[in-house]
Amino acid sequence: MDVSLFDVIGPIMIGPSSSHTAGAARLGRVARTIIDAPFNHVSFGLHGSFGQTYQGHGTDRALLAGVLGLAEDDERLADAFSLAKKANLTYSFEEIELDGVHENSVKMVFTLTDGSTRCIVGSSLGGGRILITSIDGFPTEFTAQSSTLVIRQPDVPGIISDITAILALNSINIAVMKVSRNAKGGEACCIIETDSPLTANLVAQLKALPKLLQVQAINL
Amino acid sequence: MYTSLKDLLRLTKEQNAPLWQIMLDNECALAGCTPDEIWNKLRDRYAVMKKSATKALTVSLPTAGNLISGITAPQYAYSLQNGTICGNFINYAMALALSGSEVNASMGKVCAAPTAGACGILPAVLLAMAKEFNYEEDDILKALLTASGIGAVVVKNATVAGAEGGCQAECGVAAAMAAAAAVQLKGGTPQQAVTACCLVFMNVMGLICDPVAGLVQVPCAQRNASQTINALLCADLALAGMQCIIDPDDVIEAMYKVGKMLPVQLRETALGGIAATHSSKKIQEEIFSNS
Repeated sequence: MDVSLFDVIGPIMIGPSSSHTAGAARLGRVARTIIDAPFNHVSFGLHGSFGQTYQGHGTDRALLAGVLGLAEDDERLADAFSLAKKANLTYSFEEIELDGVHENSVKMVFTLTDGSTRCIVGSSLGGGRILITSIDGFPTEFTAQSSTLVIRQPDVPGIISDITAILALNSINIAVMKVSRNAKGGEACCIIETDSPLTANLVAQLKALPKLLQVQAINL
Repeated sequence: MYTSLKDLLRLTKEQNAPLWQIMLDNECALAGCTPDEIWNKLRDRYAVMKKSATKALTVSLPTAGNLISGITAPQYAYSLQNGTICGNFINYAMALALSGSEVNASMGKVCAAPTAGACGILPAVLLAMAKEFNYEEDDILKALLTASGIGAVVVKNATVAGAEGGCQAECGVAAAMAAAAAVQLKGGTPQQAVTACCLVFMNVMGLICDPVAGLVQVPCAQRNASQTINALLCADLALAGMQCIIDPDDVIEAMYKVGKMLPVQLRETALGGIAATHSSKKIQEEIFSNS
């Protein structure tokens, strides 16, 4: 049997819906981890069923709680609006149409304190499971169920080999790896899912590589 | 290795082991961890279940539109009275199930089993049985393990999503899981546990998902209560010796096929059944015009 018992009883979560509440909180939290920089506004574009039913299922509060760093089983999730106010975080929700995405999808546009914006798109697949489908326009496809590295780098030869060498030195096995770029010789985004957790020490070693633009580790 | 209820029954015979042992060994191999780690995870989940099944017994919790706020406390009070039709045990089990649903709708903490919408049923059966028959927590955790393993077989071969299979796939599966747990707690055989699951599915076959205003409240909470009782009565039927004349895996397949035959209006879209009634539409308008 390849279905885990804990996919049947679980997740432990804040109600009422694993897809519309737990998955939404997780999407927000993963997005916050990828952004990894101070921000003061998030606009949430809600697609499909998310857009139709978000108020009744607390999807809005769950997304907001997630970007504030709360886990999907944190009982403060219902108080997300007041927590955002305390954190001086402003937010907006609107219904939008996205092309070729799951019925429960959200586009999160973060305004950083330096005025720049960043954009994460993801979907809630049911049972609290999620899929991140785009980071700043780079197509991605990862669930954050295993530890994941999100790396941005210039599209030049040799960088991937530098990255994988550091993973090899730390005895970390790569489960899935995907690289995309916005133009030849432009900027690239590298997503690496690993079989073991990613330590702060490993991230520091990667950040010490001269050419990498950004390195974020997601260990949920 | 198993993927079906038949496989499970065969393995219990070959290894002369209870259902929970077969499922525990499988989970250890699957996750690459020790039995203790599995027991700890089960204990964590049972702790959440105990809280959600009892939190609303004496207080009213706010829910979106307040469609089910305060439905649990009167049921709990009623369950303490003498002379009720179904007696203290059944009425208490229903109160526990309603509490799970009320906590879930109030954005409280629950453990999905197998879904959040059906999260009241398994805890209600486990807690009511624990109170009535004074089981140790270890026995309850073994029953929880068996329930989860049964659920895994349904996930593998059918569905537990209301949007795919209707309420029979959510509350129905939760009740099938709970029935197996109840049979095991009472010392029944693996065959009797599987029979109880089949009887549950026969009793719930075709139940649609038609939530008022699209909210996980009405009739979800009421069905958490009724499927809790479906689980308990099917456990008793199986323990009394009733056989299921249909192959157990065929029963699961039938549930899945019925789910696929259901029109989309009856699968969590709030476009049919109770959700499509005039009064339901009126409630929906009232809730969403104020928010």
